[in-house]
Amino acid sequence: MSRLSLGKWLLPLYTALALIFLMVPIVYTFIFSFNDSLKSNITWRGFTLDKWLNVCAVQNGAVCQAFGNSLIIGLAATLIATTLGTMIAIALVRYRFRFRSSTSLLLFLPMATPEVVLGAGLAAQFLSLGVPKDMLTIILAHTMFCISFVVVTVKARVAGLDPALEEAGRDLYGSPGQVFARITFPLLLPGILAAALLSFALSFDDFIITNFNSGAVTTFPKYIYISASRGIPAEANVIASAVFILALVIVVTAQVSAAARAKRQARLG
Amino acid sequence: MAFAAFASTAAPPTDAPPRRRSPVALLLLLPGILYLVLFFLAPLVALILTSLQAPSEFGDIGMYSYAFRWENYVEVIGQYWPHILRSFGYALIATVLALLFSYPLAYFIGVTARRWPLLQSLMLVLVIAPFFISFLLRTLAWKQLLSDESFLVTSLKAVSLLAPDAHLTGTAFSVIFGLTYNFIPFMTLPLYTTLERLDLRYLEAGNDLYASGFHTFRTVTIPLSMPGIVAGTLLTFIPAAGDYINASRDFLGGADTQMIGNVIEANFLVLLNYPAAASLSIILMTVILVIVGVYVKRSGTEELL
Repeated sequence: MSRLSLGKWLLPLYTALALIFLMVPIVYTFIFSFNDSLKSNITWRGFTLDKWLNVCAVQNGAVCQAFGNSLIIGLAATLIATTLGTMIAIALVRYRFRFRSSTSLLLFLPMATPEVVLGAGLAAQFLSLGVPKDMLTIILAHTMFCISFVVVTVKARVAGLDPALEEAGRDLYGSPGQVFARITFPLLLPGILAAALLSFALSFDDFIITNFNSGAVTTFPKYIYISASRGIPAEANVIASAVFILALVIVVTAQVSAAARAKRQARLG
Repeated sequence: MAFAAFASTAAPPTDAPPRRRSPVALLLLLPGILYLVLFFLAPLVALILTSLQAPSEFGDIGMYSYAFRWENYVEVIGQYWPHILRSFGYALIATVLALLFSYPLAYFIGVTARRWPLLQSLMLVLVIAPFFISFLLRTLAWKQLLSDESFLVTSLKAVSLLAPDAHLTGTAFSVIFGLTYNFIPFMTLPLYTTLERLDLRYLEAGNDLYASGFHTFRTVTIPLSMPGIVAGTLLTFIPAAGDYINASRDFLGGADTQMIGNVIEANFLVLLNYPAAASLSIILMTVILVIVGVYVKRSGTEELL
């Protein structure tokens, strides 16, 4: 009996400890965003809200500028990658065409290639073409590795789409454009939004590929990498913590609304 | 982040409409495919060409001309073989550790917690939560938590579990620890997606046939969760083998823990030895593709690609 109950509690206990372990560096980063630190943020010197209230004050706003660059790059790469990736996903599910398996391979390979190889490859190409590295080269690089992830995410949504709905639209004399705008696109939207969020997250946190293709431009992760040897200001923790909370809110909201939708559908049908 | 990718491959294909041939397909495919050709395939070609370059005749640093100098490969292997071996060794250990860590976790979330969907999704959010905080900052957080002044290290030294002059940071231990921690979500999520769909009646059948719990686990649960194990190990191993943040001296590494990524970065961005960086990149990619190919074939999960 006692052995049984031990076995029963072992797995939940392990799960709780494992999840706590995963949270450790997050909690650490969050706590040290309130540290009344000087140049580097290593030892605890006391609680302050100052860093949260004056995020951009440090180093003439270098942290905020890097953060702003990351936002611009993330938005641009997300926009391009989501558009191109969604188009590919629709084609893959809906149409027959030659070179199907080579297309799939071309989409799979960027996900199976280590980032350092992707980054060095692009840098070698820009170097041999004499393209100067700046914001644009970072956006081009980020778009490249986001496309495959968009395709996989949106593909599942296209595959789950009931073709009868579009047929109904056509039966009611909707033009192909109308059917797409009024039926296909709204039904695909949750998948497209998920893909866009994933792209933005991938771009925002990317360091390895950025490091090879950024020249003098500093993104938020690159700022942390450069500052790591001389000390990271607590303001960086503030930005990371704020982004963390925002991402958490988005994900939890999406989960809750998906659960509510599932409940509603279960009631209806 | 590949979570969504693997979660969605799990979606059952509903009765798909018959695929048609249409010029629209080409219009939809062309822009994206062209993009990948220009910014993924062409760079790989550029990388191969660069890896065969010879130093320019004028002897300027960072100046190379196109050649067919395959000796570059011999030279980088001769010079950096410890880094190459170390990278794959560290990545392998981190992958095994992440699998051991994640399997029970994914099993609890995907199988035991099935009756409580809300708890299930809450735990999933916690598993992916590390993705929401900067990769570099969470690695630096571990650097502080494992540093000589940290509570953990001073306590370990107080109870003599650690020698007084020993360090945790800057060692193989801390690099493998960092690699394991950082890629755990990549392991847990694909495991979760397969375990979540595991049909419990198979396990009941095992019990009915008087198999022990362990025997059922080994002969039923593990084989049925193989797609998740393969996806998770690949998603952990590939980025871990090419990573250079954890092993960097400013993060969890030291002089003796440098991996192939560190060497590629140093050669490309600091020493401006592009051919060496390029040949190391090609070596890394080739080895990984061979490993992925053999591994996927042997485990019989080709449909994953």
